[in-house]
Amino acid sequence: MISLSGLTKEFPGGVRAVDSLDLEIGDGEFFALLGPSGCGKTTLLRSIAGLETPTSGKIRIGGVDVTASPPGRRDVAMVFQDYALFPHMDVTSNIAYPLRIKKVSRQRREAKAAETASRLSLSDLLARRPAQLSGGQQQRVALARAIASRPQVFLFDEPLSNLDARLRLEARTFLKRLQRELAVTTVFVTHDQGEALALADRIAVMNAGRIMQVGTPSEVFHRPTDPFVAGFIGSTPMNLLPASAEGGRLHVAGAVLPLPRDVADGPLVYGLRPEYADLSQSAPVGRRDVFSGKVAVVENLGTAHLVTLDSGDLLIQVVVPEGDEPAVGASAWAVPRPGRALLYRDDRLLTGA
Amino acid sequence: MTRHALATIGRATFLAVVLGFFSLPLLWLASAPFDAHPSITTSLPEFTFGNFRSLLDNPYVMSSLRNSLLQAAGSAALVVVLAALAAYALSRVRVPGRDALLYVLLLLSSVVTGTAAMVPLFELATRLNLIDTHLGVILTLSGGLLPAAIFILKDFMDGTPTSYEESARVFGASSLQILRHIVIPLVRPGLATIAVWAVANVWGSFLQPFILLRDPDKAPGAVILYTLYTEGGAPRLDLISTFSLLYSLPVVVMYVFVSRRYGFRFHGGIKR
Ligand SMILES: Nc1ncnc2c1ncn2[C@@H]1O[C@H](COP(=O)(O)OP(=O)(O)OP(=O)(O)O)[C@@H](O)[C@H]1O
Ligand SMILES: [Mg+2]
Repeated sequence: MISLSGLTKEFPGGVRAVDSLDLEIGDGEFFALLGPSGCGKTTLLRSIAGLETPTSGKIRIGGVDVTASPPGRRDVAMVFQDYALFPHMDVTSNIAYPLRIKKVSRQRREAKAAETASRLSLSDLLARRPAQLSGGQQQRVALARAIASRPQVFLFDEPLSNLDARLRLEARTFLKRLQRELAVTTVFVTHDQGEALALADRIAVMNAGRIMQVGTPSEVFHRPTDPFVAGFIGSTPMNLLPASAEGGRLHVAGAVLPLPRDVADGPLVYGLRPEYADLSQSAPVGRRDVFSGKVAVVENLGTAHLVTLDSGDLLIQVVVPEGDEPAVGASAWAVPRPGRALLYRDDRLLTGA
Repeated sequence: MTRHALATIGRATFLAVVLGFFSLPLLWLASAPFDAHPSITTSLPEFTFGNFRSLLDNPYVMSSLRNSLLQAAGSAALVVVLAALAAYALSRVRVPGRDALLYVLLLLSSVVTGTAAMVPLFELATRLNLIDTHLGVILTLSGGLLPAAIFILKDFMDGTPTSYEESARVFGASSLQILRHIVIPLVRPGLATIAVWAVANVWGSFLQPFILLRDPDKAPGAVILYTLYTEGGAPRLDLISTFSLLYSLPVVVMYVFVSRRYGFRFHGGIKR
């Protein structure tokens, strides 16, 4: 278990990379730190590893306050984004390195390295140098080295980002299975929301050194608590439209929608995922709860198309199944599915609409 | 067409002249030791091994080679160890004014072992009881070589990513373990370069050992070479050329060996 309280890291020059952050990560959890570039994910991970000294705040691992402990005393293993395999050592020596530091005899540590390597199907590569390995193999050697040190916590900094798109999917499944088997608390950093949703038990979405939301992938996906998270999660960005509540009705981009109960009148932000609207190419008769516009862009997503409607001064995106895509320039209408939209006021989630 | 041919001939002639200019002294060094009557011109030798015999009759010749070896090895070891530690620290720790410090050191180093500082150096060595000791020569020469060595090695260390060391640190390695297991192996070509460069420098140093050593038993080859004159003050070309050949061989052998083994590189980066 890792618990962070009031953790702050300010770099010389005044950059607050991590800003009074509180977080609890449970035993055996696969935990993702997700956020845009520069939001402080790596800094947070390095602070947990002990490679950065926090400006203030506390870090506890397994109930022990390690804020002032050097990295080697924290019982963690880190996999760096560039893997940091020692270029002058072969795969065996790389995997056995943590044991060498622990003064395990050469014979025992080589046996241990071979055993760990076979688990990650690296047995044929034991005598190679890192430069003679592919990216995916290097990644597995880095994992094997981390596993060989038998830590309480794994820390991964963008473990998949150096792999090509196809290999990344394979490695993702592999990583998830491995973490399940080992059941070691794992914190990993990623800026890829798909990766975080696919791998993690829980996700912390970060922005500018702060945590915006912590939750399971489904919570973060279905009920993002603020517009930033809403816009960040999802393979196609959520529509976030200015709206206003007046006399029990919701006015959004020319449409009039029913207003959920308990929402007071005033300005709002209306959030709707492109997947949760249907596109109609003929004007729905007598309905005011639809967005009308002209098709501005059609993007092919493989099994679906992402259609961007130009509705006056707003753009609305809708995902349309294969074969139903409209022609560019045609008039079209987006019909929101009931109960799928989210309403935000002052950057906080009110309720679904 | 003819212009092109003329240009080629011109270039070849120019290169031949330049090549001759540089190779003649080497040719002399190769032929004169085996010549019964060497002069300062290069000619086909009247072949003999007699020069070597008369050279070895000089009691100081062999001991001077040993002294050179001792002083060169001592200085190289000192320079490599101290420069590696200093360069590592300077490369990894942010100290304000670090680069200025390095440049000032580099500037001063040419002064410290230079002719201008010989009097104060002699004075210092006298007070420290280092006159007439190998240690005195080693310390003086190392002091002069260190700044440049630190400068070059720091460049090598800057070229190795810190993530290797951080990775080792997370596994619990101490600073010295990191230096031994990770940094030194990665900058080994740099260390080899510095060691060879230090040896070659000390091997050729004349002024410092000449001033700091009184006892001819401790003098290195460069100083003994200076004594190979007749009573009348004329240079004994037979002995000088023979000794020069003998004296340059170890350095040549070392260059070839180290370059085979490690390869020389004067800038950082990792051989993967
Ligand atoms: N050593 C440093 N000195 C000064 N500022 C730093 C340092 N390291 C990081 N920063 C700053 O701290 C902020 C957070 O950096 P960090 O590397 O943690 O971002 P990140 O979320 O990992 O980004 P990315 O996804 O691009 O890796 C950035 O604004 C960065 O410029
Ligand atoms: Mg990062």
